Amino acid sequence: MKFTVNGKPVEVEAGENTPLLYVLRNDLGLVGTRFGCGSGQCGACFVMVDGRPMASCDLPVSFAMNKSVTTVEGLSGKVQKALLAEQAAQCGYCMSGIIISAEFLLQKNPHPSESEVRSALDKNLCRCGSHNRVVRAVMRASREQA
Amino acid sequence: MNKPEKLPQRVRIEADGTVTIAVGKVELGQGISTALAQIAAEELGVDLSKIRVLPASTAYSPDEGVTSGSLSIQDGGKALRAACAELKGRAEKPASEYRIVGTNAPRLDLPGKFAGRASYVQDMVLPGMLHARVIRPPKPFGKLLSIPEHPGLVREGSFAAVLAEREEDAIEAARKLRAKAAWSDGPAAPQDIYAWLKAHVAESKVQKESADAAAKARGVKHFKAEYRKPFICHASIGPSCALARMKGDTLEVWSHTQGIYNLRKEIALVLRMPEEKVIVQHAEGAGCYGHNGADDVALDAALIARMSRGRPVRLQWTRDDEFAWEPYGPAMVMALEASLDSQGNIVSWRHDLWSNGHTHRPGRANQPVLVAAAEIARPFERGPAVDPPLPAGGAQRNAVQGYEFPDHKVTFHYVRDAPVHGSSLRSLGAFGNVFAIESFMDELSDGDPLGFRLKHLKDPRGRAVLEEAVRKAGPFKKAEGRGRGIAYARYKNVGAYCAVVAEVEAGGAELKVTRLVAAVDVGLPVNPDGVVNQIEGGCVQATSWTLKEQWKPGTVSWEEYPILRFSEAPAVDVVVLKNSFPSLGAGECTMGPTVAAIANALHDALGVRVRKLPLTPENIANA
Ligand code: FES
Ligand code: FES
Repeated sequence: MKFTVNGKPVEVEAGENTPLLYVLRNDLGLVGTRFGCGSGQCGACFVMVDGRPMASCDLPVSFAMNKSVTTVEGLSGKVQKALLAEQAAQCGYCMSGIIISAEFLLQKNPHPSESEVRSALDKNLCRCGSHNRVVRAVMRASREQA
Repeated sequence: MNKPEKLPQRVRIEADGTVTIAVGKVELGQGISTALAQIAAEELGVDLSKIRVLPASTAYSPDEGVTSGSLSIQDGGKALRAACAELKGRAEKPASEYRIVGTNAPRLDLPGKFAGRASYVQDMVLPGMLHARVIRPPKPFGKLLSIPEHPGLVREGSFAAVLAEREEDAIEAARKLRAKAAWSDGPAAPQDIYAWLKAHVAESKVQKESADAAAKARGVKHFKAEYRKPFICHASIGPSCALARMKGDTLEVWSHTQGIYNLRKEIALVLRMPEEKVIVQHAEGAGCYGHNGADDVALDAALIARMSRGRPVRLQWTRDDEFAWEPYGPAMVMALEASLDSQGNIVSWRHDLWSNGHTHRPGRANQPVLVAAAEIARPFERGPAVDPPLPAGGAQRNAVQGYEFPDHKVTFHYVRDAPVHGSSLRSLGAFGNVFAIESFMDELSDGDPLGFRLKHLKDPRGRAVLEEAVRKAGPFKKAEGRGRGIAYARYKNVGAYCAVVAEVEAGGAELKVTRLVAAVDVGLPVNPDGVVNQIEGGCVQATSWTLKEQWKPGTVSWEEYPILRFSEAPAVDVVVLKNSFPSLGAGECTMGPTVAAIANALHDALGVRVRKLPLTPENIANA
């Protein structure tokens, strides 16, 4: 099965129904994409497929065939930089998925309002209560991007 | 996974000038590694970047018990400070000379986490590792009657798991086997847990008694109310996970446990192995907020590793496993009574509380407590959940409050039988007790909640956080469906002081918390921004517990157990009072004041007193 991950072509041998998440983590060693629920409910496993955020935990790898996948490891870093500046995490487990959602938002809408940021992140659960810091970080990333 | 050699002491200066510190407290996402590194850098007079904090391991770390109760800075920090001073051969630095402690050092672990690097036990890979999933009944404590043959199936008594080279194959095989296996019925959870608790008291223990018949006789107005707190899940975002490997006769386990030595003791007991043949190494997990499935999954992995012919195993619980088998924060009933004299002073106060113990941690007794201990071929009877004594307490934490009443009695009705498995959840009994006490104080306060509290509170540090929270909150525009409430507690009566002001909107059926203001006194904060981060997080999590959360039988996913989302999170303003009293932990002090402040704000908005958590439209309508 061939597709592109973070700009590089990859080829993996896995059953076509294998969730993309396990191919990324176990075949490609990209463990930044985390397992949270396995059923599309929490956002911990979000990646971009052809530029759109999707839950990799219940997405068959065959769906990604000949498409381009972006994981947290492949991002430019503007959201990550802002998260660091705001120290916007406690355990950090939810953050890879949040970074994916936030990047997508800023691509679509470079200058979102606070409530737009919140609704864009509503598919991502954070149990530690880091919500407000994350929102401040996304607003900061939006201000600081060129 | 190279094992560092045994460290004879907590602190070692390496040839290249870096400093290695071995601490017994573990990182739970609360930023403790960074705060402890700050303390070491301060005492040794080296740059923070030179400090390396080793993950705790029974192979070389000091035994500092369990990382819980907001004690890591108080206890772990103190021991580390002393060890550093000893190494330097001089007395500990006075607080007035601190230049690293007390600053907002950025967290050492966050750059790697934000970049998506391997950071958690879930990300660990051991050479030749197999993936495992456990196969448990949908309802706790049934016995396994039959299960079909399957490649990779391992079984010991009622404990069954399946191993595979590929993770998705283990998941799929476990799903199939779970559907085909047969279990006997476990005991059903009681319909009305609150009535059940009151009917199953094992022992009633008086926690405080100061009788004053003369004062009591001055009472002219009498009040009585009962409050209820349901089972609440830890509900970590990352389901529990552990790795284990048998090497010769030695078992190695990697776990996100809060207590490596206690877990080692429990595993040795259940596997009937000598303790020295078990090594438990800490590896971070997702935030746990107390005693979640971490220890249970570690025992599961250890059992599987004994049946995997020498191959290391990585076991991750599924989301369903976590919701079905983690030890929930126990349900509680609090019945309060008070009498006021003709000037509106409280002259008599009764607090009765019914609950299971809030501590069902491993390695504390000679009777194991973890799930699999009761499932293996020669099963153990699991010991009951217990409670540490006051002042910390478990169920009775904060049941004796800090106000001063002449006639005052607090009784804990301990329920030993536990139809639902519970253990320590962030703040333990304080969440329920402070909800009850601070709601009741509001009911008695006759429209002056701040003045009424101050009238009964002598402790100047307590008064200061209350006054500061109200000052910071500023003026409030009362409007239809909008309300404001306050609440206060000193965590455990010996920990951090915290007061919270909550503002809510109760327009439609849904209650929305729009803003929280928390004022805290944690003594000298080692990392002020770290404290603010924990306070903000605690306020938001407590809001989620308050508005939405209650475990019910059959909870298997986030659909049955919703938590607060980004659009629902209130704005949180935090004030950390400045002083140089000894540092106090900050992780749990907000939980009780937040729930009570929200309940009081709801009353202010709608005139309805809701005494049963969570504050869902259903419970509000039935109040
Ligand atoms: S792990 Fe994929 S959405 Fe939760
Ligand atoms: S930071 Fe822990 S779940 Fe979000």
